[in-house]
Amino acid sequence: MKPLFTIAKLDFLESFRSRWFIGYAAVFLLLVVTLFLSGITESRVMGFSGLTRLLLIFIQACNIILPIFILVTTVRTIAKERDNNVFEYLLSFPVSLAAYYWGKVLGRLLVIWVPLLLSLLLALGIGLIRGGEIPWRILALYTALLAFSSLTFLGIGFFISVSTKSQELALGIALFVWLLLIALIDIALIGFLIQKMAPDNLIFALALLNPVQTFRIAAIALFDPVLSVIGPTSYFLLDTFGSTGIIAYALLYLGFIGLLFLSLGYLVFRRRDLL
Amino acid sequence: MITIQNLDKTLSRQKILSGITLDIADGEKVLFLGHNGAGKTTLIRCLLGEYRPDCGKIFVGNHPLAGERVEALRKIAFVPQLPPPIRFTLNELFEYAAKIGHCSIDKIKENSLYFGLDADAHKHKAFHKLSGGMKQKILISIAFSRDAEVFVFDEPTANLDSVGRDRFRELIGAPEMRRKTILFISHRLEELAKVVTRIIELDLGKVVRDEPV
Repeated sequence: MKPLFTIAKLDFLESFRSRWFIGYAAVFLLLVVTLFLSGITESRVMGFSGLTRLLLIFIQACNIILPIFILVTTVRTIAKERDNNVFEYLLSFPVSLAAYYWGKVLGRLLVIWVPLLLSLLLALGIGLIRGGEIPWRILALYTALLAFSSLTFLGIGFFISVSTKSQELALGIALFVWLLLIALIDIALIGFLIQKMAPDNLIFALALLNPVQTFRIAAIALFDPVLSVIGPTSYFLLDTFGSTGIIAYALLYLGFIGLLFLSLGYLVFRRRDLL
Repeated sequence: MITIQNLDKTLSRQKILSGITLDIADGEKVLFLGHNGAGKTTLIRCLLGEYRPDCGKIFVGNHPLAGERVEALRKIAFVPQLPPPIRFTLNELFEYAAKIGHCSIDKIKENSLYFGLDADAHKHKAFHKLSGGMKQKILISIAFSRDAEVFVFDEPTANLDSVGRDRFRELIGAPEMRRKTILFISHRLEELAKVVTRIIELDLGKVVRDEPV
């Protein structure tokens, strides 16, 4: 286990200095600060107020930013290291492929989770100072959803990285995957439903299989939302499975997909040429 | 020390290595020659476990590379032709080498000083931001600080100044290196003439010359 933790630590420290990480962390921290400064926490819109309103906006932002950020940075850094022969040197040391791969995964997870947790803690801190009511249950479940959603996209990112031979191809596939997943949230699904382009059950199944949509339904389900906020497909699923059912499904599904793609990535990494 | 049996390797549907069989004994100093594209780098990458052979086996000591990668690579120290753009700081690179490669950071720094490079003065700098010569000196220092039995040098002096080249020759000629196996890939035959004990020439992925010096 020692080499795995050494690799995780060094990968974390290396990412911590990189410009993309500073940008990534700044986006989340500024988002929270801006939302507070703009007075959104004092507003009451569609029944949400205070910190819950802030979290709702934070969810929408995370739903778009998080997948693309994780996918692009993961595929770029991993594929770049292989293209630039960094792997050729570092993997010439006596390290098992399992320790190297899972060490990288652990390092990346920390890199992704730390800014998210810090921004949530910042929101919490500001909320406490201002004397607002802290929605502890929502905060805990939302943190778990964010963590599992990051795991999903990290898994997809690692799988794309080790399965492609060049940075450009890896980046292209990552962008395609992101666009596809974003397109298949409520906006496109509503169109399919209206046009009757596919059976309703297939459309609902698509929604449940799309990790972006799954995260979105579960995260908004934390707030007991109305139809105009969540969209018709999500509203139907929420009505069918209930809030607890959807949140439990999302946590299990996102965790499963993340681990599945990470494991598939590891199998490819072990079986193919490393360079 | 190194046994390669019937090694074949294909890359992008092109056969790069074909039926390579070699036995390299303890203490041999082997120079690999060949034109660009002859298969030298591919052979080294197979030896380092970075390319999976189509068929054939590689043993380092008694360890089959396919099944005992870590044990086999523990015996090998490698210096690439072009230092890669590793984004670790020197401190982090030394930590990686020490913890994964089982060597001492003090020994790496001592070797760097021998090459006229004070590693402590650059410890917080990113490795990829150092000059080509400095990077090469660091990688050679790391290799010599490892308790390896096989040293693989791919054009090791390409980026070194004349002092660095002298130091490198001194290190590979040191008494403690007599029992070590060294594999060189180099076009600078005259530089290594005094050290090399065997020459292996590759052409179109096959051994076309294998003779003692």
